[in-house]
Amino acid sequence: MSILEAEGITKHFGGLTALSGIGFHVDQGEILGLIGPNGAGKTTLFGLISAALPPDRGVIRFKGEVITGLKPHQVCRRGVARTFQSVKVFPNMSVLANVMVGSFFGRPNTVSAAAAEGESVELLEFVGLSAFAAIPARDLTLANQKMLEVARALATAPELLLLDELMAGLNPTEIGLAMDLVTRIRDRGITVFMIEHVMKAIMCVCERIMVLHHGEKIAEGTPKEIAASKTVVEVYLGESAYA
Amino acid sequence: MKHKPRLPQGLLTTGSITLTVLVLFATLPGYASIYTVILLAAIFMYIVLTLSWSIFSGPTGYISLASAAFLGTGIYTSAIFGKMLPLPVVVGIGGLASFCLALLAGALTLRLKGIYFSMFTFGLVELIKHLMLWFEINLTGTRGRFVIVVDHITVYYVMLVLLALTILTAYAIRRSKFGLALQSIGEQEEAAAHTGVNVTLVKVSAFAISAFFVGATGAIMATRWTYIDPYIAFNYLFSFMPVLMAIFGGMGQLYGPIMGATVFAYLEEILITRFPYFYMLFFGIILIVSVLYLPNGLAGLIQGWQKRVWGARYVHP
Ligand SMILES: Nc1ncnc2c1ncn2[C@@H]1O[C@H](COP(=O)(O)OP(=O)(O)OP(=O)(O)O)[C@@H](O)[C@H]1O
Ligand SMILES: [Mg+2]
Repeated sequence: MSILEAEGITKHFGGLTALSGIGFHVDQGEILGLIGPNGAGKTTLFGLISAALPPDRGVIRFKGEVITGLKPHQVCRRGVARTFQSVKVFPNMSVLANVMVGSFFGRPNTVSAAAAEGESVELLEFVGLSAFAAIPARDLTLANQKMLEVARALATAPELLLLDELMAGLNPTEIGLAMDLVTRIRDRGITVFMIEHVMKAIMCVCERIMVLHHGEKIAEGTPKEIAASKTVVEVYLGESAYA
Repeated sequence: MKHKPRLPQGLLTTGSITLTVLVLFATLPGYASIYTVILLAAIFMYIVLTLSWSIFSGPTGYISLASAAFLGTGIYTSAIFGKMLPLPVVVGIGGLASFCLALLAGALTLRLKGIYFSMFTFGLVELIKHLMLWFEINLTGTRGRFVIVVDHITVYYVMLVLLALTILTAYAIRRSKFGLALQSIGEQEEAAAHTGVNVTLVKVSAFAISAFFVGATGAIMATRWTYIDPYIAFNYLFSFMPVLMAIFGGMGQLYGPIMGATVFAYLEEILITRFPYFYMLFFGIILIVSVLYLPNGLAGLIQGWQKRVWGARYVHP
């Protein structure tokens, strides 16, 4: 059963077509990977799902209900949470307070201060930040700020989590921890849709992968199928040939 | 919730100090000179203006220059309804009128960021001033109005009540969920929205709440002016002073804007009588010095001393 469905998603920025008529679905409980060269439109697609941007055309359905046209906080309260490619923590607030914002405001129901704090403490432990609860978020390393964004997103009790390049800028050890974290999130019953450039991570963690190129979906399938796909290999070889 | 390990004794001391100060101020007209009463009412006015400005602009970082519009709205409420309705009602209407104006202006403009928001709020003062001018000349056929006279002691007590309400509100917001939402907007608005904060609603309501106190203050303080016209009622000075006083006092703590406003208002009183032509110059110098050497205002200075005296233990960043 699919938790998220999209049809005919199109987005222009002036003359640039960032996405042209994309259709896809995310199955309940899976980890779906989204890859593609720089500027392919991956972040834009997350922006459309999370209502940061309105689509020019197309509809997005979450659990069968149309979510296009809602405000970001409404999409969040319905159960879609996200992290950001360029980290966006609340820098001068404590790590714990960052997460509590999620528990307080990201849910359809109201949560007591004690419950919010209890859950936030638990989530900090889940992402491995317990030791830093009281310090301001700006003092965390980049890797830890990314973990904090995950905890804050999880605090909104999502059913679908959008991760935008969680592993970018992390060292190999941190990537290993992040991969493990993604699997543990899925084991909590949360569907994961992740953008990633780290191929090892995406191939190991994802059950299914979708490939974007110049705003179009050029492939979709299991990691094995994607690795064997001629089109995908050409796109990536083409990219590295330029680099 | 933000500062979890709060000392109960600390809270008790704060509570008893507040109570003592309140009793002191409440009984003051009984023994102090009328001059002191008038001066204090003016100081209370500046504190309310500064504190209510910092309720919204402090955590969100949206620099509002609309205070003069809200104050002027209160002043005109008083000029229009002063003769017809009892004073507390007039003050309440002054607050509500500014509250509604802020709701409208906020809904229209709080999607503007940074300098654009500040410019709009500045324009709002001018817009309402000219609307009022047009209205007076074309519809009432006059330019100015006389405001009812209220005795100094009554003005003092109304200002004291408004001050207490403003402090209480600012304190309650700081410690509430709503305060956390405001702060998250100031820190990273986009992330706040995607974390479930209804940013528009939170911003507009904080803006309107802060405007309420400014409008109510305008309604009571208008009685001091006796005669008003749109140029007197919508004076830019009242848009800039709260910002300056808040910067001077420091916005990290509740007492920052209170101290800033007190010192400024008192200085104004001294300077305006002794150096009527140079007092703005003195303000300029004080402001430049404080921006250069007191980045966190007076409150920051005091925290620095606390750190040196007691060590960093009780000082929250
Ligand atoms: N707000 C915007 N205004 C104008 N153009 C934009 C905007 N956001 C993205 N673009 C453009 O749209 C295209 C797709 O950008 P997007 O950020 O979605 O790519 P991406 O696949 O996430 O790339 P990367 O791997 O580098 O993160 C790019 O050409 C980008 O320059
Ligand atoms: Mg991107």
